[in-house]
Amino acid sequence: MFPKYDVIVVGAGHAGCEAAVAAANMGSKVLLATMNMNTIAQMSCNPAMGGVAKGQIVREIDALGGYSGIVTDHTMVQFRMLNRSKGPAMWSPRAQSDRMLFANKWRMMLEAHPNVDFWQEMITGIVVKDGRAVGVHTGMGLEIESHSVVLTNGTFLNGLIHIGEKQFGGGRAGEKAAKGITEQLVQLGFESGRMKTGTPPRVDGRTLNWDRMEIQAGDEAPSQFSYTDTPKLKKQLPCHITYTSPKVHDLLKEGFDRSPMFNGRIQGLGPRYCPSIEDKINRFAGRDRHQLFVEPEGWETCEIYVNGFSSSLPEDVQYKALKEVPGFENMKMFRPGYAIEYDFFQPTQLRPSLETRLVKNLFFAGQINGTTGYEEAASQGLIAGMNAHLAIHEEEPFILKRSEAYIGVLVDDLVNKGTKEPYRMFTSRAEYRILLRQDNADLRLTPLAQKVGVQGMEDRMTRVNEKEQAATDIEKFFAKLSVTPDQLNGYLETLGSSKLKQQVKLHGILLRPHVKIEGLRTALPVVDEFLSKYTQETLELAEINMKYEGYIKKEQEMVDKMNRLEAVRLSDNFDYAQLKSLSSEATEKLSKLQPRTIGQASRISGVSPADISVLLVHMGR
Amino acid sequence: MQYTSTNLTDTIVALATPPGVGAIGVIRLSGTAAIAIANQTFKGKDLSQQATHTIHFGTIRNEEDKIIDEVLVSLFVAPKSYTGENVVEVSCHGSDYIIQELIQLFIRQGARMAQPGEFTLRAFLNGQMDLSQAEAVADLIASSSSASHSLAMQQMRGGFSDEIKKLRQELIDFASLIELELDFSEEDVEFANRDDLRALIQKIQRLIHTLMQSFQLGNVLKNGVNTVIAGRPNAGKSTLLNALLNEERAIVSSIAGTTRDTIEEVLNIQGIQFRLVDTAGIREAQDQIEAIGVEKTMEKIQQSSLLVYVFDVIQTPPEEVKADLEKLYQEGVFTVVVANKMDLNPYTKFEHYASNYLTKEQFIPTSAIHKMNIDYLKERLYQAVVQEKVQLDDTIVSNARHFEALKKSYDSLADVLHGMNTGITSDFIAMDIRKALHYLGEITGEISTDDLLGNIFSNFCIGK
Repeated sequence: MFPKYDVIVVGAGHAGCEAAVAAANMGSKVLLATMNMNTIAQMSCNPAMGGVAKGQIVREIDALGGYSGIVTDHTMVQFRMLNRSKGPAMWSPRAQSDRMLFANKWRMMLEAHPNVDFWQEMITGIVVKDGRAVGVHTGMGLEIESHSVVLTNGTFLNGLIHIGEKQFGGGRAGEKAAKGITEQLVQLGFESGRMKTGTPPRVDGRTLNWDRMEIQAGDEAPSQFSYTDTPKLKKQLPCHITYTSPKVHDLLKEGFDRSPMFNGRIQGLGPRYCPSIEDKINRFAGRDRHQLFVEPEGWETCEIYVNGFSSSLPEDVQYKALKEVPGFENMKMFRPGYAIEYDFFQPTQLRPSLETRLVKNLFFAGQINGTTGYEEAASQGLIAGMNAHLAIHEEEPFILKRSEAYIGVLVDDLVNKGTKEPYRMFTSRAEYRILLRQDNADLRLTPLAQKVGVQGMEDRMTRVNEKEQAATDIEKFFAKLSVTPDQLNGYLETLGSSKLKQQVKLHGILLRPHVKIEGLRTALPVVDEFLSKYTQETLELAEINMKYEGYIKKEQEMVDKMNRLEAVRLSDNFDYAQLKSLSSEATEKLSKLQPRTIGQASRISGVSPADISVLLVHMGR
Repeated sequence: MQYTSTNLTDTIVALATPPGVGAIGVIRLSGTAAIAIANQTFKGKDLSQQATHTIHFGTIRNEEDKIIDEVLVSLFVAPKSYTGENVVEVSCHGSDYIIQELIQLFIRQGARMAQPGEFTLRAFLNGQMDLSQAEAVADLIASSSSASHSLAMQQMRGGFSDEIKKLRQELIDFASLIELELDFSEEDVEFANRDDLRALIQKIQRLIHTLMQSFQLGNVLKNGVNTVIAGRPNAGKSTLLNALLNEERAIVSSIAGTTRDTIEEVLNIQGIQFRLVDTAGIREAQDQIEAIGVEKTMEKIQQSSLLVYVFDVIQTPPEEVKADLEKLYQEGVFTVVVANKMDLNPYTKFEHYASNYLTKEQFIPTSAIHKMNIDYLKERLYQAVVQEKVQLDDTIVSNARHFEALKKSYDSLADVLHGMNTGITSDFIAMDIRKALHYLGEITGEISTDDLLGNIFSNFCIGK
């Protein structure tokens, strides 16, 4: 009844969808297996994509040919570029999505792909032959054959939901948990662990008093995630901000004795940066209020997401406390917040391709690797999907460097360091964040995707080349054009910048603090005329290139130094124990993690610079 | 953060000859910029224009155009050199101080201290060595690095190590606040007070500046080593002083108690200035004037770094020597015991005098009057300083690599201040703070930027 597939993807969340598309876009025949085809690409938690560091990841996914950016652009109800007041590396796109449209758009795009098939059933096991994944077992007892398998099970593996003292099996509110896979993997020798995450209550927007909350509107000139021509957002929905109070905290505290968080019933590791409301009150007792973001779930629906009020307290406690929040006096609840525990596998069991070390052609992506977040999951799905395809053809895996993408940082951190709590991306995790900007993800990554064989990148490549050429032209213009004191002193004075005494090149002026291309355009008609033919995107790139040239160069130099080590390959199954000069800790870690390159080895904790020198010597160069 | 990985593109510098005495010291520079760095400081021929395998005479001058030494410079242009890179070998006079001055000058010009075994490693990597030598090289690196990993902290005295740790922690807190602004800007978070940050950075800079000033070898060069000569009346202290100075300075007579004032002289041993203080003899004072002298002696010992205790091998039995040493012992003052008048009793043996306060190498038989063993005594004094057995009062940093880390911390902090003054956004400031934290960590032995996130999570309420 089934053909032999190239790749079977288990799970159709953000990771699974991107994995299916990535493999399909490289030419693989893909089967996307999900327990419920009505919940493909669900936003199980926040109805939003992007944010600081995460927005950069969505841009990167798009630059590599993934669909998350396109889907978001088509279905968002609000767009904001966060951190505008900071440097360009910090600018982070964030969208508020229509949750139902988002899932629907994803499904339509998957259905439109000729290489993607679907199967609705629980997958209960992987078929492993000679240490290689060659298919899956289903709940009905079917066996479906493939060359590679990608697991993206999210929170479904032995998912256990907690609300107060109640607990029940489930992968998401109203959906059952997946059984069998963890048990089989443990038998195969995998080490499993338990994590915990949570979600806030959903409430009825018709019962809220919006006048008692602050409005948070979208950007006046909304941008987008995709580098392709996606529709521009014409109207937007606002979010609202309100706050908890000591009264709210007191009411919540009344339920602490029935909290699964505090009575030890929840054993999984939760994220410290995404604490539940009871956790915030408990740990930061000195604060008398916490901010809540009241977010719409879509254009039409009245369902509201109460961001900041994640909780696993009993539903009556959540309800009573929330009603004390300004604007929520008459609130009716759709469903309470809950905590969920699920199985994950320490990602140090993976290669940088996201293939497992134990079973060939078996790939993991998303929460199964201990991460959190749609963006983190989607990007891993993309990498796993591409590599699932490449593995079949015995080609070199597609691995992004830390200096090339946040996705590179994410995967590198996971496979080398593992994680002790759900891993979320932060800009501070990236050592080269000045280079990893949302404005240049296409320049960084589209050529790499094209080179590795992602289909349909021609149009994107044309745009990349045009953008680069245009930025170079603008930079040349600035380097050549001389301006006189008369032309510019007026503008400089308004900025409090020192006046010119003689004619200088425009490029030098731009390096001054507070001077912007936009301002120079207003002051100098000749500049305005020259720049009028360029897009805003190109102008931003040229401005960043010129204004931050010194910092960019500094980081690039560091990258170049590091890359010398990245280029030195270490062979798999190398016997580190034979190198007597290595420290014993290094020997142990290196044997366990089998790094691909000296660069990767240098990032493993416990491996010292001296150990790296010893390795270099033995590699002989 | 990856500042620590073996970095094979830098130009490195180190002393190639063994440390300590030697007529000539050879400093080796290797790397792309080796010739350029040497050339910037060299007065003589333009080194960048010279052929490989040539030797040139000239002087090396510091930034103030002050001559540090006359040198011979040997040039080896890549790939025809030991390491396969550009190599410059500077042969200078074998004084530790000249050598240190030169190395520090090259570092200021852009070189960095070589890691243990790094020249050999580079030689190997550039194919200049046989593959069969690999294991030997690896062993060398592994063994010498474990020795060099002893931290600057252990060599720091006083409250400096604690203070620098404390300040670094404060800087981490600030860095966390700044990262918090960047990664959690959407949330209800506090902001880093820029004035407080500026004040903190200046405070750290002042401390680092003090530490840099106290760099041991530089210090010795500047201030000399305070050395007290003490002993019982008529043990021959003044004669010894004169023998060391080779001239008759102190009032010498054989009447006990001649020297009532402390006398200060400067003795130069291989470039190190020993500030010698001769003292009145220690014994139960016979009269008032002498009592004041004894008190002064004890005071002087407390203020010095080195004590030369002289006794008369004929007059003073071992028990009394031991008793004297016990009385004179001061924590932190290195003691050398001179058994004077050995010509009168050649059978004096260290074993008779051995005690907790005395090891064999601290025991030196001499005859000051016949100038016997005086050069040996000088050599021992010199070695005591060079091997850092002598702790100078105002020395906190003694290791050149730690000095370099201090310098880099200082410079990164200056970058942070500069960035703040020019109104650069906090993501760029964060970049320089991280660098400063890294170098401070090299001094305190705590390298971590990962702990920024940990710090954020534990101290701030974040997360929607």
